[in-house]
Amino acid sequence: MQAVFTIERKAETGVEPEDVLTIKNLYKSFGSNHVLIDFNLELYKGENVAVLGKSGSGKSVLIKCIIGLLTPDQGTINVLGHNIGELNIHELDEIRTKVGFLFQSNALYDSMTVRENLEFPLRRHWIKLTTAERTGKVKEVLNNVGLAHTIDMMPAELSGGMRKRIALARTLILDPEIILYDEPTTGLDPITGKGISILIKEMGEKYNTSALLISHDMKCIRMTADRIIMLIDGKCYAQGTYEELKKNNDEKVKQFFE
Amino acid sequence: MPLPQLWRRFLSETGEMSRFTGRFFVQGFKPRYEFSELLHQCFIIGYKSLPLVGLTGFIMGLVLTMQLRPSLVSYGVESELPMMVGIAVVREIGPVITALIFAGKIGSSIGAELGSMKVTEQIDAMEVSGTNPFKYLVVTRVLAATLMLPVLVILSDAISLFGSFIGVNIRGVTSFNLFFKQVFDALSFEDFIPAFIKSYFFGFAVGIVGCFKGFNSSKGTEGVGRSANSAVVVSSVLIFILDLLAVQVTDILGLN
Ligand SMILES: Nc1ncnc2c1ncn2[C@@H]1O[C@H](COP(=O)(O)OP(=O)(O)OP(=O)(O)O)[C@@H](O)[C@H]1O
Ligand SMILES: [Mg+2]
Repeated sequence: MQAVFTIERKAETGVEPEDVLTIKNLYKSFGSNHVLIDFNLELYKGENVAVLGKSGSGKSVLIKCIIGLLTPDQGTINVLGHNIGELNIHELDEIRTKVGFLFQSNALYDSMTVRENLEFPLRRHWIKLTTAERTGKVKEVLNNVGLAHTIDMMPAELSGGMRKRIALARTLILDPEIILYDEPTTGLDPITGKGISILIKEMGEKYNTSALLISHDMKCIRMTADRIIMLIDGKCYAQGTYEELKKNNDEKVKQFFE
Repeated sequence: MPLPQLWRRFLSETGEMSRFTGRFFVQGFKPRYEFSELLHQCFIIGYKSLPLVGLTGFIMGLVLTMQLRPSLVSYGVESELPMMVGIAVVREIGPVITALIFAGKIGSSIGAELGSMKVTEQIDAMEVSGTNPFKYLVVTRVLAATLMLPVLVILSDAISLFGSFIGVNIRGVTSFNLFFKQVFDALSFEDFIPAFIKSYFFGFAVGIVGCFKGFNSSKGTEGVGRSANSAVVVSSVLIFILDLLAVQVTDILGLN
């Protein structure tokens, strides 16, 4: 199925697509709970791919494997030409500057202001910037997510949607090449969710990133994703565009489009 | 819970905690050292407990003096009051009570803080931001607790003795100079040093238990509360056990 997609895409654009993320034969279990079973995925440069799956199907586990927070039992994950499993911690940190991660629960640091939250990745990755440049960067990403006025606030003072935007700003501040979104719209009202979806789309174009988006929010997926991968029974069960999958007659796929 | 199961859980918990402590020593000595975060934690941990430690210390000294007086009067050795209180406070009550207050205040706050960081994926977020969360969060907090508790104990001892001075003066008259001369004449380094050394162990216990409970917090807000609670319970019990060991050791070394 993956091969078919590559060929289609080549036919459309005439150029060999460059893949920024390749997952091959990924297995991950927790004790007897087999979460991922022979999962495969390819993400091409400039593309937004959504992974769709039920709650508990292992979506978060999947992207935590990609960023090296969990170690897969088997299989290879290739990010920007590096095999994640073979990197030492310094090389892994290097890759992590290029891969942004938007956590499902935002993961803003409660004890820090918005400014300190945004500066944290810059400082910790030893990115050499003067104080003025750092402030400039913080202001720039905050402007991009439309929350410039919150710079000195604490995360607890912000609403859920605002926190999501700040978390997005924190992933954007390192100018990543790939962004992994873990359920960006879950827990938000439809209007705020739509705002976030629009923002994801805009930021993807503005920062020229590829994105892997994990969700079960059809509206969000429809707006942002070029291609959808169905994660069912630990596998890449089906994939295609929204329209293609909607026509799919498989029972397990159909459930999601009702 | 049936007894065998309880026993098994106790053993596995102890094993896990020992592993965690081992990890602390391995990670603590490897560079990148988080000096600025350590200083920040020392400030927070020391500063947060100051008012409480000061207040309890003062009351402890005052009450102890008032309680001891009648007995001493009946034996006609009322003049020994500063000495008695001095020895009791410096050798035992000061370190233990301060450590227990510290466990309640700092152990629970470390447990809850790290617990909620764990639950809301902040620890994972640190890891992807080029930070070793164990070093940044655990090593700094444990070291800060270890370093700050002895300082707090000294402070609490001093305030206790001041409380005792006031206690003495409620019923009698003793000058400040005379009171403290009597206290320090009675005390020697052998009283002071073991108490000081055991405070480091108490501080370490509070730090490591708080971090262990927080770091291994289970999902959900309930898990966070449980971490904070059991951090206090376990570290308080550990303080008493360490105190028991300390008295045996000083006894064997002949420091009594
Ligand atoms: N650290 C872990 N230890 C043990 N089991 C885990 C761990 N992380 C996840 N699991 C298990 O893996 C399975 C998949 O979890 P995951 O968090 O990936 O689900 P999800 O698809 O992200 O669901 P949701 O939409 O609710 O976020 C669950 O059954 C969960 O219990
Ligand atoms: Mg999830």
